[in-house]
Amino acid sequence: MDDVTAAPIGSPEPDGDPVTKTTGHPGDAKMWTARLRRRVVRAFPPDRLLPDRQPAYVASWIYVFGVATVAALVVVIVTGCILAIKGPQWWHVSSVGHLVNSCHLWSVELFFFAMIIHLWGKFFMGAWRGRRAMTWIVGGVTFLASIVTAFTGYLSQTNFDSQWISTQAKDGINATGGGALFNVLNFGQMLMWHITLMPLVIVLLTAWHVLLVRRRGVVPPYPAKGEKGAMALAEVAQ
Amino acid sequence: MTHLTTIHATLVALGGLPRSIVNLDKPGHYIHWHFIQISVANLIVIGSMLVVFLLAVLVPFPGHRSKGGRDDG
Repeated sequence: MDDVTAAPIGSPEPDGDPVTKTTGHPGDAKMWTARLRRRVVRAFPPDRLLPDRQPAYVASWIYVFGVATVAALVVVIVTGCILAIKGPQWWHVSSVGHLVNSCHLWSVELFFFAMIIHLWGKFFMGAWRGRRAMTWIVGGVTFLASIVTAFTGYLSQTNFDSQWISTQAKDGINATGGGALFNVLNFGQMLMWHITLMPLVIVLLTAWHVLLVRRRGVVPPYPAKGEKGAMALAEVAQ
Repeated sequence: MTHLTTIHATLVALGGLPRSIVNLDKPGHYIHWHFIQISVANLIVIGSMLVVFLLAVLVPFPGHRSKGGRDDG
């Protein structure tokens, strides 16, 4: 390290990876920034974070529903941002408001539709195998958080439907003992949960889930038994 | 309910509300079986998910014979 101490800050290293190396100043390698950078690059090397190819077994429709869920989530967030900008009177009265409101609802329907099929697929292929337990757990928690988000969304419609749902739900929530913290009759609280807290939770959990998938890789199917299984394994290995 | 229906019909006639493909201005249909109670709409959605799940497992993926993928699992 001593021979490069004169290198100016930000200049590329003469050799080695400029991402994992430090600028060469004494003590830089022990700084938290350098340690964090090395740890991140070790955990998520660029070719694993954004690979050019996927394993052969990924060529199946059942592997499509994870990214379909993320795509639906993007539409949910974009339409939700438009609804937040324009407000309830707009989405209740104007034609474009009706359209965006409906797109928000139906993208949520597609989000859950794709997520449930993704969950079924991953359950039957034992997606927690191969040190992927945390990937499975984070996915499950994201599913539960999505239910809370959808529920607070129903309560934020500002119509008779949301009033009906909140009055029907209050006794159930109170029976859990959580009514004081989570008051479904408090419209402001439900709206804030729906448009700030829960979207943040969902996006962070989804990002964590996708990063874990990239880190551990897509789970392979269970090996087939007998001669057919041996042939399939040989084909994949080629 | 009649009053609300009249308001809705008036708004539709004035062009204030679009007509729905399915008339939702009535009680939904429910299926009862012992302690299980589920709306027909939810049952249709669950059935659709099962059908799509089976299709996703059984229908071959286009170009699934291609090789050379990296096994990062």
